[in-house]
Amino acid sequence: MDCVLAPDNILHDTLLFRVIYEWVGQLLPCGLSYAVAGIAIMLLLVNGVLLGAGGFSWLERRLIGRFQNRVGPNRWGPFGALQPMADLFKLLFKEDLVPRGADRIVFTIVPVAMMAPVVLMMAVVPFAKDTALANLNVGVLYVLAVTSITSIAIFMAGWASDNRYALFGASRGVAVLISYEVPVVMSLLGVVLVAGSMALDDIVSAQTVPFLLVQPMAFFVFLAGTSAELNRTPFDLAEAESEIIAGYHIEYSGVKFALIQATEFGAVLTSSAVMVTLFLSGWSGPFSDYLGWAWFLLKIGVLAFIFSWVRATFPRLRIDQLLAFAWKFLLPLSIINLFATALEVYFLRNDAGMLTTNDLWLMAGINFGVAFACLLTFGTLIQDKVRPAKSLTAASLSSPEVG
Amino acid sequence: MLDDYFRQYGLIAIFMVVAVAVPVGMLTMSWMASRIGLRPNNPTEVKLDTYECGVESIGGRWELFNFRYYMFAILFVIFDVEVVFLYPWATKFLQLELFALIEMAVFVGILAVGLAYAWRKNDLDWA
Repeated sequence: MDCVLAPDNILHDTLLFRVIYEWVGQLLPCGLSYAVAGIAIMLLLVNGVLLGAGGFSWLERRLIGRFQNRVGPNRWGPFGALQPMADLFKLLFKEDLVPRGADRIVFTIVPVAMMAPVVLMMAVVPFAKDTALANLNVGVLYVLAVTSITSIAIFMAGWASDNRYALFGASRGVAVLISYEVPVVMSLLGVVLVAGSMALDDIVSAQTVPFLLVQPMAFFVFLAGTSAELNRTPFDLAEAESEIIAGYHIEYSGVKFALIQATEFGAVLTSSAVMVTLFLSGWSGPFSDYLGWAWFLLKIGVLAFIFSWVRATFPRLRIDQLLAFAWKFLLPLSIINLFATALEVYFLRNDAGMLTTNDLWLMAGINFGVAFACLLTFGTLIQDKVRPAKSLTAASLSSPEVG
Repeated sequence: MLDDYFRQYGLIAIFMVVAVAVPVGMLTMSWMASRIGLRPNNPTEVKLDTYECGVESIGGRWELFNFRYYMFAILFVIFDVEVVFLYPWATKFLQLELFALIEMAVFVGILAVGLAYAWRKNDLDWA
């Protein structure tokens, strides 16, 4: 049977879907090959996220080893590259304990509720030219909605574990997640304004100039907010090892711990993928008709490296500093960015309601000025909140009057 | 048009099932490994204790919340609802008139004043 996808079918625009559908359609009935093509892309995405998570866990441990002047895992496989395999099998065959007072059902649902949204996020991200599982017209909203499920999963973990540290970690985690959700969501408004669409595919094609340059402040806010939502140093209060041991996943062991850990590494990659799509012009680059996926992966790699770099560099913040950073620094910045972008779009667009490439360059110039001024102003405003108190600096500790 | 929605969201619905099935499959695999004796499963009283670095846990594990979290939760709800209204506006702004710009400025302005008020009242501080 030869199945050909009708041109008016919305999935016709998805190149990969069409190719798989028409290839499988030679062997199977058309209705079945419709599902097969969808599931093939899904398996590609799921495996990409999970294998990527394993690979990134190795890469990050090697990188942080380098940053901290030690070697990192180097025993199993070339350069220790098979270490994630070893970890997975070890954790799979470890005893899986559920503490006595725990709520068994909620405790078991948590790894599932954590991993599912991270994988689901990839559904709308175009990973090569005309290739995504679904090109929703509310793509940005979908990504934001799906990622916010994580905060529920974190609170479920803390509540179900019957452990003080877990509850502390969960309440801190939720406070951080909801505080950073606001500036993140606000900063994406600037991107949506300039692109004039919430579909990620349209946002990629609108980036004749990467939005990293057009919206520098939004990128900064989104980068900071995302690394807070991923619970990574310097925002990893929810699982601060030196205070509350591991926070919300303290009681988890065996395969459940493996799933939570894989989710944390996978989330870095999926968040990087969303950032690449929104700010770094996604799959586009030289020869992007054929090598779109390579550009996409390369850009994800660069962002993931930056995440590791940030993690290795900064010390952990206190909870008051963390919330002050979200509400007094990132939120005003994103509101100003929204106003500035709206004004620029209003005055620069032509009669047809379009922005040309020259307009985007002009916006980039203005926005870099605005970003610099705002960072200076608000940086000065909250510097007492985030910097260590004067009485704690090394010089004053050694001076006699402090005691 | 309606067909297109069902095609796309149908794929996402299937994807949701796949995304849940993967971790559930791993949990099942580990459970089966314990049934056929590939992984140990002998919980004892001590193992199932609450983990507090070896110290015995005293009293209930349900601690009080700091009520400061509540303040941030309220602020979060206000600003998140605001954003819900702003997204449709932002999507169509390239075609909208001056009125839409002023309308948005008033709307965001009111909430920005609210944020400044909360800041002034020290509600954004932890102490």
